Amino acid sequence: MLPHAEMVHWGFAAGILLVGLCLLAEAIVGQEVWRMRPWRRYLWPGIAFGMGVLLWPVMAFFTNSSIHMYAHGSWAEVLMLAGGAELGLVHGRLRSRWWRLTWPLAFAVTGIAFIVHEQNPWFFARSAFLHHLLGWTFVIAAVVPLLLAWRPRSAVLQGAFAAVVLLVSVQLLADRDVAPVFGHLSPIAGAQHR
Amino acid sequence: METPFVHQLPADAVRAKRARAISLIGPTTVALGAIWGILQPYRVTLLHPRGQGVWWLLIEPPLLVAVAGLIFALVVAKPLLSDLEEHDAAAR
Repeated sequence: MLPHAEMVHWGFAAGILLVGLCLLAEAIVGQEVWRMRPWRRYLWPGIAFGMGVLLWPVMAFFTNSSIHMYAHGSWAEVLMLAGGAELGLVHGRLRSRWWRLTWPLAFAVTGIAFIVHEQNPWFFARSAFLHHLLGWTFVIAAVVPLLLAWRPRSAVLQGAFAAVVLLVSVQLLADRDVAPVFGHLSPIAGAQHR
Repeated sequence: METPFVHQLPADAVRAKRARAISLIGPTTVALGAIWGILQPYRVTLLHPRGQGVWWLLIEPPLLVAVAGLIFALVVAKPLLSDLEEHDAAAR
């Protein structure tokens, strides 16, 4: 009765896509307009925090090895931390802008966990390729939220942050459990899905 | 010939561009989901639902993209556009 792993990835990709669209809109209109309605300021940090909470059942039900469990658990922790810090900042409970450093931390931890927990080489199968690609995307793009902690009102950096989040969403949507990548599929990967 | 309003055009043009960009995000996302569904119809199991499990019917990537765009357009973009208009009117 449990969904396939690829379906869980697609579900999270949809949530990340919504966060990316909100970040893009915020970058276009500016924080002042974006925060004119109270509910809107909590929207994307709330979705991010919620996805962190939902990663715990994913860790419990979908991990088939210790290293997978650690990876999913660490994503749940850093996403809840960064989403929660952002909620605290927009609510006014947290005042120091350095709380925004939780985002580059989340990106770095997520990226390293992606790279470390993928045991197969890049062209083993599509999921392996995407794990490596997502890992390096997160590690390299961690510089964007890092710079945002210093320049939180920079429209260019906000747009870049939105673009990274949308890119992650696209990569997750491209995931399949067993599928070729650029024509490569290891014979030991298993039977290809439709 | 006097053109007393010309100096206001750039700011108005920027405001119009922002509003147009916001109003385009949702429909563009929905269109991308629809195009994906057309290019890979086998990913949309609602088109051939017989024999599909519940998860295959619920979670279909092209539809998820389209739904995300629809939710953004209706829940986020619509009130955001009215706030943007209100903010710009106050700034004029």
